[in-house]
Amino acid sequence: MTIKQIERLRKGAITLLMLAISILFLLPFLWMLSASFKIEADVFTYPIQWIPAKWHIIENYKEVWIGKFPFYKYYWNTVKVTVLTTVTSAFVSALAAYGFSKINFAASKYLFIIVLATYMIPHQAILVPQFILYRQIGFFDSHLGLILLSSFSVLGTFMLRQFFMGVHNEYIESAKIDGAGHWRIFWQIAFPLVRPAVATYAILRFIWTWNDYQNPLIFLRTDKLYTIQLAMQKFTTINGEFYSLIMAAAVSAILPLLIVFIIGQKSVIEGIALGGVKG
Amino acid sequence: MQKLETAAEAPKAKHISKRSSLQKKETIAGLLFVGPMLIGVTVLTFIPIIATFLLSLADWNFIAGFKDIKWVGFDNYERLLQDDGFMKSLKNNAYFLLTVPIYLAISMLLAILIDKHVYMKSYFKVAYFMPYISSIVAVAIVWQVLFHPSAGPVNQLLISFGIDNPPKWIADPKYALPSLMMISIWISIGFNLIVYIAGLQSIPKDLYEAADIDGANAWHKFKSITFPQLSSTSFFLLVTGIISTFKIFDLIAILTKGGPISSTSMLVWHLYDTAFVNLKIGYASSMAVILFACVMLITVLQWLGQKKWVNY
Repeated sequence: MTIKQIERLRKGAITLLMLAISILFLLPFLWMLSASFKIEADVFTYPIQWIPAKWHIIENYKEVWIGKFPFYKYYWNTVKVTVLTTVTSAFVSALAAYGFSKINFAASKYLFIIVLATYMIPHQAILVPQFILYRQIGFFDSHLGLILLSSFSVLGTFMLRQFFMGVHNEYIESAKIDGAGHWRIFWQIAFPLVRPAVATYAILRFIWTWNDYQNPLIFLRTDKLYTIQLAMQKFTTINGEFYSLIMAAAVSAILPLLIVFIIGQKSVIEGIALGGVKG
Repeated sequence: MQKLETAAEAPKAKHISKRSSLQKKETIAGLLFVGPMLIGVTVLTFIPIIATFLLSLADWNFIAGFKDIKWVGFDNYERLLQDDGFMKSLKNNAYFLLTVPIYLAISMLLAILIDKHVYMKSYFKVAYFMPYISSIVAVAIVWQVLFHPSAGPVNQLLISFGIDNPPKWIADPKYALPSLMMISIWISIGFNLIVYIAGLQSIPKDLYEAADIDGANAWHKFKSITFPQLSSTSFFLLVTGIISTFKIFDLIAILTKGGPISSTSMLVWHLYDTAFVNLKIGYASSMAVILFACVMLITVLQWLGQKKWVNY
């Protein structure tokens, strides 16, 4: 055997080993998917039936989506909250990032440090005052309040600022000479140049908001305002013993993210690697 | 003479005033751009953190309204020291720190293998990353079922291997915390792995080429090139990992609610329970201050340590 062949053989062997390990990461998801297709009596049969003996897909998903505890409502709530949070947060962050990197004003440096300093504050350390504030100003138990909570992202500002700093100042200077104000320069020159970075941030924010459990738990009270993460937990409490239905709900909650992730895979992975950001 | 001077200064002054009016315009534009962010951060973060400090000095039940607020100085902090539940939570937090080096080691190993030694790289990235993009609620519910003491697949597997009395996992005070730690490791690997792969890709190739010429084996290359070159990545992940263990909440809220017999209660869970279930706002705020202090301490240590421990 040549050295190259040995090398290839080794690579193949390691690939096989890694495949085996990766099963450990996918198995719970496969189990979830398979359980969601089964009749309740078959969920816990052992050895595990990976391919259901009796299929019950339509009945399970119908019960979850339009049954006693209809998921379509919570889905709509989640889509609304997630999309609006993502858009607002990306916009506010981009504005601030441009202001901190491309507009030359005296207070800029200090203001940026102040904003950055708040990043160290763990969210749970301010939950109680936020809760009290929301009760006082009437934002408690509303989607608007929930959206505003995650709309002012220091992380987004920091991330996008790095990219705005990469935009050459000559573009901005020459636009200024042509008489353009900062608003036009932002929209027509700078923003299009950093669009990939904004997209990366938006996808991450989308995933985090979609998966957020803690904020809806604390800041929402009325059933009909629930997001799916909250609804899913409630669903579990109500349907305690109906694991096939619970798994159908879990699959429904994960599926949109899986799609977003597969479409934006490169952006997500790059964004995470780049900023080393964590939700 | 005087006249001449003023004549010479006039255009200069005009120039300055034009410049300063331009500068004023820049400042206004700047403030308009960063304004929304500043207002948001002030109202939703700055004022609340100050309020947290103030409330931690009070004895207050939220339902009673502002007029019934009682200022008690540092009593809440003294109480914390004697509060067994709180101390138990802190201890559990300390145990949880163990997860960080474990998942860092696993992630580093997997990252090295995925980066250079396998086919189908992108499949592996996605597979290991699945737990990160999935909601903790869904993932936690699946694990709850898998770990079900009597009917769950994990225990059925153990029974079929001839283990008569398998642990009851999250229902057993002895095993509940380790079970949560296992799930947490499983969730955390994806994120750390991705950051490690990025770190690996920034190591200069010629270092390995030089090592090859010197006849270094894989272990030597790992010990003298890969590991030290990854030190800044490892350090960063260690710090974010430690900070994130202080913030753990979702897993506990969904899986155990701090039980059984408070074996899985942790700082943030205890805080939540005190504030939103028992409505002791002041007391909960003193815990929030402790949380803030812990995170702050780690961040400061990070600043101090960065120079010392990271070798490029």
